[in-house]
Amino acid sequence: MITQLMPAMVKVADKDVHSPEFATLYVNQHIDFKPGQFVMVWIPGVDEKPYTISHHSPERFGITVEAKGLFSRKAVSLGPGDKIGIRGPFGNGFNMGIGHKRVAVVAGGCGMAPLAPLVETFQTDKGPEVFLIQGARSKSFLLYPDRFAAKAEICTDDGSKGYKGFVTDILVQKIKDLSAISTPAFDMVYACGPEIMMAKVFDICEVHSIPCQVSLERYMRCGFGVCGACVCGHAVVCKDGPVFGSKMLRTMADFNTRALLKTGQPVPLNEYATWRCQ
Amino acid sequence: MQINFLGKNLHTPLVLASGVLGNNKAILERVWENGCGLPTMKSIGPAPREGHKNPTVIDLGNGLINAVGLPSPGYLNMEEEWQELSDRVFPITASIYGGSVEEFVQVAAFVSAKGPDFIELNISCPNSDQHGMVFGVNAQSSHDVVAAVKKVIHVPLIAKLTPAAPDIATIAKACEDAGADAICAINTAGPGMVIDIESRSPVLAFKKGGLSGPMIKPIAVRCVYDIFRSVSIPIIGLGGISTGKDAIEIIMAGATLVGIGTAVRYRGITVFDKVNKEISDWLAVHDTSMEEIRGAAHREAL
Ligand SMILES: Cc1cc2nc3c(=O)[nH]c(=O)nc-3n(C[C@H](O)[C@H](O)[C@H](O)COP(=O)(O)OP(=O)(O)OC[C@H]3O[C@@H](n4cnc5c(N)ncnc54)[C@H](O)[C@@H]3O)c2cc1C
Ligand SMILES: Cc1cc2nc3c(=O)[nH]c(=O)nc-3n(C[C@H](O)[C@H](O)[C@H](O)COP(=O)(O)O)c2cc1C
Ligand code: FES
Repeated sequence: MITQLMPAMVKVADKDVHSPEFATLYVNQHIDFKPGQFVMVWIPGVDEKPYTISHHSPERFGITVEAKGLFSRKAVSLGPGDKIGIRGPFGNGFNMGIGHKRVAVVAGGCGMAPLAPLVETFQTDKGPEVFLIQGARSKSFLLYPDRFAAKAEICTDDGSKGYKGFVTDILVQKIKDLSAISTPAFDMVYACGPEIMMAKVFDICEVHSIPCQVSLERYMRCGFGVCGACVCGHAVVCKDGPVFGSKMLRTMADFNTRALLKTGQPVPLNEYATWRCQ
Repeated sequence: MQINFLGKNLHTPLVLASGVLGNNKAILERVWENGCGLPTMKSIGPAPREGHKNPTVIDLGNGLINAVGLPSPGYLNMEEEWQELSDRVFPITASIYGGSVEEFVQVAAFVSAKGPDFIELNISCPNSDQHGMVFGVNAQSSHDVVAAVKKVIHVPLIAKLTPAAPDIATIAKACEDAGADAICAINTAGPGMVIDIESRSPVLAFKKGGLSGPMIKPIAVRCVYDIFRSVSIPIIGLGGISTGKDAIEIIMAGATLVGIGTAVRYRGITVFDKVNKEISDWLAVHDTSMEEIRGAAHREAL
């Protein structure tokens, strides 16, 4: 059984290769889960890192990994039969709200991973109308292009598919269009992607008085709010987050400005890392 | 529950253990606002260190095993943090470690000039081959490092001890003789190891790690009890304290202040407010005070 205690060794049951960079690993086990939560994934002898649950059903779940460094390259090279250790799920998930009529979901790159189960939950639960805006560097970096019933607005940095430009351009346009019909344009905006993109989404929402929720990323060790590796201002990302709402974001000094390196040294966000979703 | 500790007024008797959450000013302040009288910063080392690879911290249900490995920006790379801490309204203890007496002295002198309220010497960390515990298991080396550091700092010094010492009371006495102003006991116990039987490998990347939380409380209580009998300086009792009753127990063993680390995992950041209230409630019901119960478990024997 998968719990927050010792990692449970589980078999990779299935694998989807989305592109040379992206793969989803599936595990045939139940996990008590809310969209937005994450698990710690252990490859013995290599390392252990946090990954969002990107697929979820009563009998299985999946994580989607972008190959970029030592650990993630190893992870995407795994296949059916290989064993990984899983503990979790950790953190809070997205608050899906009550009585929302229309929401926007804004995904940048592999920021789509935590948002995908959210979109699916909305679609099965007689949930709100969902406007999905999905962006990526280029066409081959678009995650799960055929997964949802909801039609997505696509944008790519290089124009290889959809609108050439940023997801935030589309969000602003949509809010403008919809404001003519009803205010607020959206009852909630959900976003995940590079932090600079989420900061822009937050700013746009503030201007239009729309609440939003974004999912943050910091270096993590424990995953349950003890070691302090993941602090962002006065927030503990693994425990208070990784999903944060507008009210918290307003008070988080380090949001879109600072992050701690593995040593604990605070550095400007752009120095922190080549951000995984850029 | 105001309390005076080495001349400083603290709003509560609770201390945040080093290495738990204390990575920036905002969190230290949040912990203080939530009822912690004295937050401790994460241990500061002589050079930048990334710590060990993950897994580094695992919850065993009745406590944690960790080998974080003393990550630190290094004492020369913390200007920004000291700058921010300079206008703080709350007290702090800076925890430091080193690989030799010279390194301890170097870090201590530099950190002392930054104006923390107290300096804690971590001579007790089990999670590094070169740092920490080697000093704390031997009375002579504990004495040497405390005496050397004491000469170069201008704030009270707290020596943090390891339960791995064969006779912790002797170590505590050596620290007192060398000029320590207080003792903090204990650091993590062990080291221990957990092995995943499916992959046949130790779970922690560093293989071994220190134990903390409820499972080590009896060790902490015993250590504080032993130390109380050998020194006259105040003791910060730490190790597995999660509730007001746990706090009362370690105070009866001899603690003046009570440290909390792992309980943040089990009861959240608000654990400090909860424990403060539980202590007050217990004291009220029993119509007694912290002063009256401190060391009470020794009464018959004394
Ligand atoms: C809550 C949470 C959920 C996550 N979910 C996913 C997910 O669903 N899919 C996914 O692919 N990744 C996810 N990540 C990121 C993941 O944990 C790893 O950081 C990432 O896979 C890189 O690991 P690596 O060991 O391969 O790279 P490394 O070898 O560590 O580094 C490779 C590159 O990535 C940068 N990098 C490493 N860690 C981070 C970090 N924490 N933040 C920003 N940059 C970093 C490095 O600076 C370097 O440029 C998540 C992280 C968090 C905190
Ligand atoms: C994740 C973690 C990191 C720690 N890091 C340090 C450290 O850097 N310096 C130190 O002196 N003690 C460190 N400790 C030890 C604690 O300060 C404390 O002495 C020990 O955990 C026992 O208290 P507890 O049972 O209340 O957690 C750490 C403990 C944990 C769990
Ligand atoms: S990862 Fe340890 S506190 Fe967040």
